[in-house]
Parts: sequence; structure tokens; C-alpha cells
Amino acid sequence: MNFERIREKLNILADAAKYDVSCASSGSTRKNSKNGLGNSTGMGICHSYTEDGRCVSLLKILLTNYCIYDCAYCVTRKSNDVKRAAFKIQEVVDLTINFYRRNYIEGLFLSSGIFKNPDYTMERLIAVAKKLREEENFNGYIHLKSIPGASDELMYQAGLYADRLSVNIEVPTISGLKLLAPDKKHEDFTKPMLKVKNELLRYKNERKIIKSTPKYAPAGQSTQMIVGATNETDKDVMYSATFYYKKYHMKRVYYSGYVPVAKDDRLPSIGSQVPMLRENRLYQTDWLLRFYGFAVNEILNNDHPNLDMDVDPKLSWALRNLQHFPVDINKADKHMLARVPGLGMLSVGKILKARQFRKLNWEHLKKMGVALNRAQYFLVCDSKSWERRDLDAERIKGMILQNSKGKFRKQYSQQLALFN
Amino acid sequence: MEKSTTLIYDGSFNGFLTAVFTAFEERLNVADIQTNNKGQSGLFSENETIFTNVEKAKRVWNGVRNKSHAAISNIYFAYLSEMEGIEILLFRYIQKLMGTKSNKHLDFSDDTMLRISQLARSVGREKHRMEAFVRFQLTKDDIYFANIEPDFNVLPLISKHFRNRYADQQWLIYDVKRKYGLFYNLKGVELVSLNLNEIHFNKIHKSDAFLNEEYDYQTLWNDYFKSTNIKSRINKKLHTQHVPKRYWKYLSEKKETA
Repeated sequence: MNFERIREKLNILADAAKYDVSCASSGSTRKNSKNGLGNSTGMGICHSYTEDGRCVSLLKILLTNYCIYDCAYCVTRKSNDVKRAAFKIQEVVDLTINFYRRNYIEGLFLSSGIFKNPDYTMERLIAVAKKLREEENFNGYIHLKSIPGASDELMYQAGLYADRLSVNIEVPTISGLKLLAPDKKHEDFTKPMLKVKNELLRYKNERKIIKSTPKYAPAGQSTQMIVGATNETDKDVMYSATFYYKKYHMKRVYYSGYVPVAKDDRLPSIGSQVPMLRENRLYQTDWLLRFYGFAVNEILNNDHPNLDMDVDPKLSWALRNLQHFPVDINKADKHMLARVPGLGMLSVGKILKARQFRKLNWEHLKKMGVALNRAQYFLVCDSKSWERRDLDAERIKGMILQNSKGKFRKQYSQQLALFN
Repeated sequence: MEKSTTLIYDGSFNGFLTAVFTAFEERLNVADIQTNNKGQSGLFSENETIFTNVEKAKRVWNGVRNKSHAAISNIYFAYLSEMEGIEILLFRYIQKLMGTKSNKHLDFSDDTMLRISQLARSVGREKHRMEAFVRFQLTKDDIYFANIEPDFNVLPLISKHFRNRYADQQWLIYDVKRKYGLFYNLKGVELVSLNLNEIHFNKIHKSDAFLNEEYDYQTLWNDYFKSTNIKSRINKKLHTQHVPKRYWKYLSEKKETA
């Protein structure tokens, strides 16, 4: 192995791949077979965390950062003056296997700049995955990028070797896409998604009849949107996320606060702050939609096109809908408990089980880990003390903010800092 | 006052289960259950020494398991926390569990039940962390070797994970704190104890037990770790929350800071 050369390539191609936020390694069902290497069943594992607090689970690299496209938001666009490099297929295989054997990673996340044409690039990505599976007997996790515009035949092959496939839609609105990535068409993104979805359905049906049907992308597909690059609202972002969840059966949609990488009049300037708080609120909303039984138009609609920055979306919804509260912790159903601010799904599960034994009071809730500073205004329990005053939404919000410390508080505080 | 007894056992999990069996069989009023190297006798209780009996231990295990799979795994996980006084707490847990028909282990409004389920969760978290933070280094004898120093005794819990994953390579994971390890010899996993004359952290302490190629890969991994960081999103607090400092010395990517 030519160590110095590999080292240089790895630095360039890992650096270029880091803006892809997906690092999930969970949800696959690939068991170790024939005493081979690796196993990816069930839970994902984060082997390390970078200093920005993001999980490192997969070896996330580009096959190459040469690219024929010129998308404004992308660091590897052809007009950008950066060092270019390309891995050979065998080099990626060796790195993956050696990192995996040392327990550094769960597997490989392989993306690429588009060189020559989409199909040529997609073929190279598939070749890496095929080699890992067939020659190295590798059962770890493989996440392949679907290259926008790749043919259906290649998307079919990719799913045979990869655990997850993803195409990043990047710009949530079609008008934004025209502005920032004029060479790409919206259909280029959705065509591979549709193919993967159809194959997933077909394989699922076939498995019902023939149990030994081979796997096709067992961890499903995902996509990513950049937020804060165009002037899209939170409503635009979440409505298109909902669309992708429903239409293409996405396992995950990721939201990535735009990190300025280019001088361009169409984009926020270099040095402007990454919208991390907004990103956080979008993920909270995403969770409410997927796990808490909320519908997207309850949280975002024409009257509320953007999420509150100072309180989380569930609290914000509750404050707008005080007529549903207070909820009796000892009687309410799961659906309603999940809507109480300060109760997570784990707490809801514990409450449902524990209340079969006795009526619960504040002390019980506190010990189970419920965030009472928020929940207390929305609950009654087996106790004589509860919030009797008829408080309006503004008062409740004020009291909650006063008695809590949010990690993002300093970003939206109205008060001027004395020392800065 | 009813006579109470302190049970003394050998410190093994089967020994503990035998003690539980004895307590139930002889209807003892148990004051405490202790390991024999502690030897703290209570003022008003008698001591009774327990001799580990696998058959009796098995009966307790099966008895609880028939009641609930979740409960027996909670008990085993919480036991491995090695917390001071865990034995008597677990005994109360088993007493309550066997004393009712219902799924008592789900009663999160009962202090004992909640405490054990929380402890089991902590140990589960540590188990998951060890599956993540083990860093193998390839020795010249072709063994992938790792030192660990977990808060709880999680080696028995991670054995299956590593056996399934690394079925085609020899590996050894050694708990420096508890002085025993797991060795996989391509056929099965065995318990080993070693006389380690040095602890192999990572590449700042280079050792000739390892190939040069090993240090090359550690360098590549460190480089990768650095280049995948986005500087404009720095969040050190979150970083240390996910990777607590006590684990850093065994992680090659954190070698400069540890």
C-alpha cells in the first residue's frame, strides 16, 4: 500500500463527503454467513463522535470529487478551485476491510462526484459494493448514493449489494433547485427513488411466497435537504419531507443546516452562521410526525409557516391548543399522553405500565424522568396540587422559559450580553 | 424481633442465585447478601455461608425467566453493575416479582423495580459503548488485541456481539480493571487471564508487539476522524457527552488529547 498517497486521497475525499449527514447503520438484517466478516443486524453503532458532536459510524468518502456539474451549494462543483482526487476500487475495499477489522466502523458510506456521466459513476460505486460482498465475504453495512439520473437497471443492481440507498434532494423546492442547480432536473432525483421503492415493494411481496428471496436494500432509502440556502419556509421543508416519506417510503429524511462553502450571490455569504437551531427544530418536528402521531398541518400551516425558535414544536402546538388540556395522567390514552409537552415516548410507555398498579402522582413522574417544568401546566394526577390558575398561553410560555435553561438560549435571547 | 441472617457467597452470579434459592427455601429473613471477601457482619444478624450450587442457581434463573424474560435480563445486567449493595436490592426485586401474579417488573412507580430497571439500563448503555469503543490493534502473532476499562463488568455481555461479527479473525479483548479477557480462537470464545507487563493504549505508546502497518492504519483513521469534522459546527460539549473523557486513552483518534 502506498501509504502517503492513500493518506492524501483519504483527506481530500473524506473532507468532501462530510456534508452528507446520514450516518445511520441501523435497520439492516444482514447476518454473518459462512464465518465471514461482519454482521449488521438491528441496532446501529456510533464508533466515535467528531468534535462537532456528529456520529461516526461509517467510513464516509467520495469515490472521486471530480464532477461535471456546477451546483452552487456543493463544495465539489466544477467551478470550485479545490484539490481533486479519485480512489481506485481496490483502495476503497482495503480501507473498508481494515477499518472494519479494527472495529473503527460499521461499514462504508460511498458517494461520488459525477464524472463522465451518471451511469458510468453508478457502475463504479456498485463495483466497490460487489467486490466487498462477493470477494471479501463482507456482511457489514453499505450505504450507496444513488446518482441522480442513473438508469433503472443499475439501481436494481445497487440494491442487491447495498443495505441502504439514498439520493439527496438537497433543495426542498423546485424553484430553488432551478436557481442553484440549473443542470439538474427534479426528475433526475425522483427517478432512482421511485425505482428503489418499487423494487422494495416487489421483494417484500416475493418474500411472502418464497422465504429465501435475496435481500434488496434491507435498510431502505433516505434523502437529505439543505435548509437555509434558499429562502424556503419551515412549512416548505416539512411538507416536502412528508411527501417523500409517503410517496417513496423513505426510512429517513435528513435536514442539513447550510454550511457556506462558496462565494455566490444566490447563497448566504461565507462566514454566516450555520442555522443549527432551526435544524434542531426541524428534526423535532420530524420525530413528532413519525413517532408521536402528529399530522404535519397541525404543526405547520398557512397561519404558522415557521417553527417557533424559543420553544420546541410540541410545546408550541400545545400552547396554541390549550383547549385539549389539562390531561389526566391516570386516564388519558397513549395518543393524548404523547401530545403532552415534556413527555417522551419512553415516559409514556412507563406511565402506561406503572398506572396499572396504582394511581400516579408528581413524585412518581419525577422519578421516571418526566420533564415536569414543562409538563406540570398540562397535567393533573393523583395529587391535590395542580395548576389551578387559568393561565393564558403567553404566561405559561413565560414561566417555562424562566424556569429552564435551553442549550440554544443565547442564540435568540433578547437581552444584551454584558461581556462579549 | 425475628432473627435475621446475612448470607455470604463466593462472588459469582451462580453463587448469588444459590443464596436467593437458600433464602426462599429456608424462608430466611435476609438482612444482607455479601461476598466472602467483605466479611462485614451485622450486629443483630447471623452469618450463613452459601456454597454455590449450579442446580439451585438454575432453578432460580428458570423460575424468574418463566415469569418474564425482561426481568431475568434486568437482574443479570444489574448484577454486573457491581454496585455496592446490589445483591440485597436484587433479592428484594426477586421477592416482589415472585410475590405477585402480575407483571411486577413493569411497575415503574415502585422504587425497587424502577431502580433495578434504571441500573440495567446503565449497564446496557456501557455494553453498547464497549461494542463501539473497542479498538483492535493487530499484533505480530496475527491477533486483533484490545484493552478496555469499563465502569461495569460488561465482558460477558459483549462476547456474542464480537463473535458474530469477527468470525474469521482471532481477537482478544482484555479488561484491565478486572484482569480477565475474552479470546476468540476461530472456533470458540474462552476466558483468559494474562500477565500484561504493559497496557497497550494506542499509538503514542508504540510497542514492538505490533506491526508497522498497524500504526499506518491508526494514522489513516486519525486523519479520517479529523477531516470528517465540520469546524463551523463545533460543539465540544456534545462531543464529550457522547465520548466521555474516561474512554479517551484507549481511542486512537483521541490520542493527542488524552
